[in-house]
Amino acid sequence: MLAPLAARAQDFPKPNNTHVVDAANLLDAPTEAALDARLAGFEKQTGRQFVVTTIPDLQGYPIEDYGYRLGRAWGVGSKDKDDGVLLIVAPKDRKVRIEVGYGLEPVLTDAYASVIINRAIVPKFKAGDYPGGILAGADAVMAQLQLPPEEATARMKAAEADAAPHKGGGLPVALIFWGFILMFVVLPALFGGRRGRRFGGGLPIVIWGPGDFGGGQSGGFGSGGGFGGFSGGGGSFGGGGSSGSW
Amino acid sequence: MTRAFSRLGLALVPAALALSGCGLNSVPTAEENAKAKWANVQADYQRRADLIPNLVETVKGYAKQEQSVLVQVTEARAKATSVQLSGADLSNPAKVQQFQQAQGQLSAGLGRLLASVEAYPDLKSNENFLALQSQLEGTENRINISIKDYNEAVQAYNTTIRTFPDAVGAKLIYGAQPMTPYQATAPNADRAPQVKF
Repeated sequence: MLAPLAARAQDFPKPNNTHVVDAANLLDAPTEAALDARLAGFEKQTGRQFVVTTIPDLQGYPIEDYGYRLGRAWGVGSKDKDDGVLLIVAPKDRKVRIEVGYGLEPVLTDAYASVIINRAIVPKFKAGDYPGGILAGADAVMAQLQLPPEEATARMKAAEADAAPHKGGGLPVALIFWGFILMFVVLPALFGGRRGRRFGGGLPIVIWGPGDFGGGQSGGFGSGGGFGGFSGGGGSFGGGGSSGSW
Repeated sequence: MTRAFSRLGLALVPAALALSGCGLNSVPTAEENAKAKWANVQADYQRRADLIPNLVETVKGYAKQEQSVLVQVTEARAKATSVQLSGADLSNPAKVQQFQQAQGQLSAGLGRLLASVEAYPDLKSNENFLALQSQLEGTENRINISIKDYNEAVQAYNTTIRTFPDAVGAKLIYGAQPMTPYQATAPNADRAPQVKF
């Protein structure tokens, strides 16, 4: 249960600004480029982010543990919809996983992810055909996510409710705010009072409070990097998807 | 009149200033965050409970001999779903432990059920069973993750209410109590039952 601290020590491959991070070198350059172009097209069409990655070494972690942390670390998917998907292949550990962001769990269920792994991916991997398995898996995932057009959005809205909480950022703004109050309202009031100066004008400011300065939350920098480029939108993961081995 | 107001203002401004640094916002924020994370834990356990009747039915069709295990699981499920924790119960270690125990028993029962399935090759290759199995695995995985997230939120909250300056507001204004992290009761009870086929 206290694992999170230790588990943070996992090192993830560096995101390389594309949708294919082939850290274990299973794909040749043309295949990689072609797949990246298709994944970029998929993102442009659906707004959902799908990243394929190969991992040289899971460092002894279960792929389920590795997967959701990697997804959160890269922020695959947009922050408000959590609509990212990862296909993770770890050849040394002989494990494969489809990691599904919170928002896509209703569309790409665990059971279906398992079917994709067992039917499209694992047979090819067993035959030693890594590129074939990866492409077949990526195709199946994209096909599923392109299928239901708008019916899924309503359910995704519901999933937004448990989206990632806003991380800090409010405090410095609050400090600055109260610093100003201290300097321009309180101190003059305390020390300048003698001169008969009324500070009334300053008071209503208090109503604003620090809460209104919510600009501190870092919004997801928009998904849809356009021409094949990938930048994470801050999507989060909660263990949806399925794993397999061969 | 104006004078009274400015006096009041004079008193309010430093007070608000002092309070904002004393956990006026940070304590409830951390608390609500932990409660939300707890809601996720509970939802994931509920998701598991929802899968079980279907699983029991499917297994029953193939493995009537496993009656006792099936009954055990069904009873453990009924017990586990009857124990619910609201956000306010989270600072009560006894209640959290009760919840943990009920869920731990269900985990153990499920582990036995899935182990007993080993003896039935027809069941193991049944489509419906395979789908249920992958859903169950996914749900156990979600439970693990939501528990980790909850424990991290609890740690953040407990640190907030016990460190200066937030501790001042936490004590004086909110009377904040530390929340209880979630621990697995049985060894490996937090891990998904091993399902190898």
